[in-house]
Amino acid sequence: MTSQAAPVVTTPSLPDDPFSTEILTDPYEFHQRLREAGPVVRLAHYDLYAMGRFDEVHASLRDWETFISGRGAGLADFARETPWRPPSLLLEADPPNHTVTRNVMNGIVSPRAVRALREGFSVLAEEIAERMVERGEFDAVADLAEVYPLQVFPDAVGLPATGRENLLPYGALAFNAFGPDNELRRAALAGAAAVQEWIAASCQREALAPGGFGAQIWAAADRGDLLPEQAPLLVRSLLSAGVDTTVYGIANTLYSLASNPDQWDVLHADPKLARFAFDEALRWESPVQTFFRTTSREVDVAGTVIPEGSKVLLFLGSANRDPRHWGEDANRLDIRRKASGHVAFGMGVHQCVGQPLARLEVELVLTALARRARRIELTGTPVPKLNNTLKGWSSVPVRVEAA
Amino acid sequence: MDHTQAEADLTLKVSRRVSAADRVAVIELRDPFGGDLPAWTPGAHIDLVLGPRLVRQYSLCGDPSNRSVWRIAVLREPDSRGGSEQLHTAAYENDLISVRGPRNHFLLDSAPRYLFIAGGIGITPIIPMITTVAAAGAEWELHYCGRSLASMAFHEELKSISPDRVELYSRDQPASIDLDGLLANPRPDTLVYCCGPESLLRAVEQRCAGWPEGALRTERFAPKEQGEPVRQGAFEVELAQSGVTLTVPEGTSILDALEAAGVQVLSSCQEGTCGTCETAVLSGEADHRDSLLTDAERAANNTMLICVSRAAGPRLVLDL
Repeated sequence: MTSQAAPVVTTPSLPDDPFSTEILTDPYEFHQRLREAGPVVRLAHYDLYAMGRFDEVHASLRDWETFISGRGAGLADFARETPWRPPSLLLEADPPNHTVTRNVMNGIVSPRAVRALREGFSVLAEEIAERMVERGEFDAVADLAEVYPLQVFPDAVGLPATGRENLLPYGALAFNAFGPDNELRRAALAGAAAVQEWIAASCQREALAPGGFGAQIWAAADRGDLLPEQAPLLVRSLLSAGVDTTVYGIANTLYSLASNPDQWDVLHADPKLARFAFDEALRWESPVQTFFRTTSREVDVAGTVIPEGSKVLLFLGSANRDPRHWGEDANRLDIRRKASGHVAFGMGVHQCVGQPLARLEVELVLTALARRARRIELTGTPVPKLNNTLKGWSSVPVRVEAA
Repeated sequence: MDHTQAEADLTLKVSRRVSAADRVAVIELRDPFGGDLPAWTPGAHIDLVLGPRLVRQYSLCGDPSNRSVWRIAVLREPDSRGGSEQLHTAAYENDLISVRGPRNHFLLDSAPRYLFIAGGIGITPIIPMITTVAAAGAEWELHYCGRSLASMAFHEELKSISPDRVELYSRDQPASIDLDGLLANPRPDTLVYCCGPESLLRAVEQRCAGWPEGALRTERFAPKEQGEPVRQGAFEVELAQSGVTLTVPEGTSILDALEAAGVQVLSSCQEGTCGTCETAVLSGEADHRDSLLTDAERAANNTMLICVSRAAGPRLVLDL
């Protein structure tokens, strides 16, 4: 309880806007300056604190008591501003309330439930891989990453067949909304109403097919594990966090391998490495680049005293390339490296609940491709897709050579 | 942390259920055959197992010397929680409930003087503390705040112990709690026990910054705790696919031992919550120490999370 005299440090400040088009397009040069500047950095543009080194990002993600989520995982402070939607019961909540809903979700997206999906997912993964290799040239985003997850995931949730085209726009909206009031966020919110209407309707009990994750959330409410009004919000969490992330995950993995064809050779020689290739690609080109937390108390991080109630921007993508943790070759893609422990899924009590599902989807489709294709290469310049939270591509043109 | 009390799995009967305040039910639990319940100390809590994955903690708020009955108080929180709602709607007199514990992470240490600060339902662990220190003749005072007197369980019972030592604060009372004044002067003879909402805990913590280390005692939610491993000492792990056998020393995880031996294994949270390192068990019995697998999956013993789980016997064979 007694406060120790902390060494006085001057917290460095950077003028950059991490949500500018330049940095969202290619964040890595900025990440390096952020990490070099210090463990805690002021971002003068938004008057907030930021962390880009692995150790501090990792520790802050795990310290849910100090770096809370209930005041929003975006720039908006829910203690001062009205959230754009009713807050998430998972991402934007803290223990003990978070514990109740998280336990329900852990029970539903459980290892056993995910194992049961393997066979069905595998059939579709093999089919799409077969088609892509037959074609030879395809767009890893439009033809694969945006297709396969949308074949498997909505059925696993039990969503209605019509209106699924709203899923990608809703994901983009949810992730853009974590950012500042910039053009990306304004454009996303401007088109939100119709998408939100479909999402809200699809979260209701009667919209969800029996046996799916959605129906199981409602069953948890029937058992008394949840309140009935919590059920649609938890279904909504599946829809906002379960689609775009996987689409970006697949696209970024194929981008990573196509731009490092030597790593595809390693994978093709031993397709069982697909799980490791995905993990390394998540580290190297993390789909979720940033999340905010809010300090629940004054806290000293590496000599910087952050006051209570401060927004802190955690750069997951930067932590995942911090040479202090990953070694001097942190910027190199190496699917045989020990990438485990990266923070692309977050860490601690809020770590992605759908992680086993994402890993299953990507393992299956990547294994299927790696067995069939001996080579992959880019045939054009990939086109970045800008989002305030997600890093990814709207087009990754590739050519594969059948084995 | 107190591990001296053996933890029990009990089935207890709801022997009495009464309303103690607005939205607060007091529930009394007894052994269905009239036997003694495990001993406990002030500050202890029990787990009520309300569903396969719904376990809630409640502080014992009765008399520790009465071994025949446990008393808990449950606040109905319709906005947020599943557990309290279910208890409110489902725990009727004569119902049987699964209970684990007791456990104490909020031990009452001896001191000449105590300052108790409670907010709302946070009064519950404080009640047996007060009866204990009052009986021991220590100096004490209680500052108890709530939304309204009607919402504040046990305030009459507490006032009756010693009217002058109990201050109640609520919107329908004239004075509000003056934490700055109460905690302005650190006293080496005083322990401060505080339980209540996060905002109160934080406010008290800030004002106790200048108090001696350890003077402030609080209770908060903590992640799932595991007991001691089933097996002490090292065990062997055989990897069926690669034919490698290695020894996992005490204090080292299977995951770390595999990585040290150069085996590439996938993991993420490394604390038994995400399931990434799940590995099939071909033979041998696992000591499951994760927070993810269900009881049925543990009993089936065909899969384990190697980041935290260990071997219950001398040898495990894994599908790696």
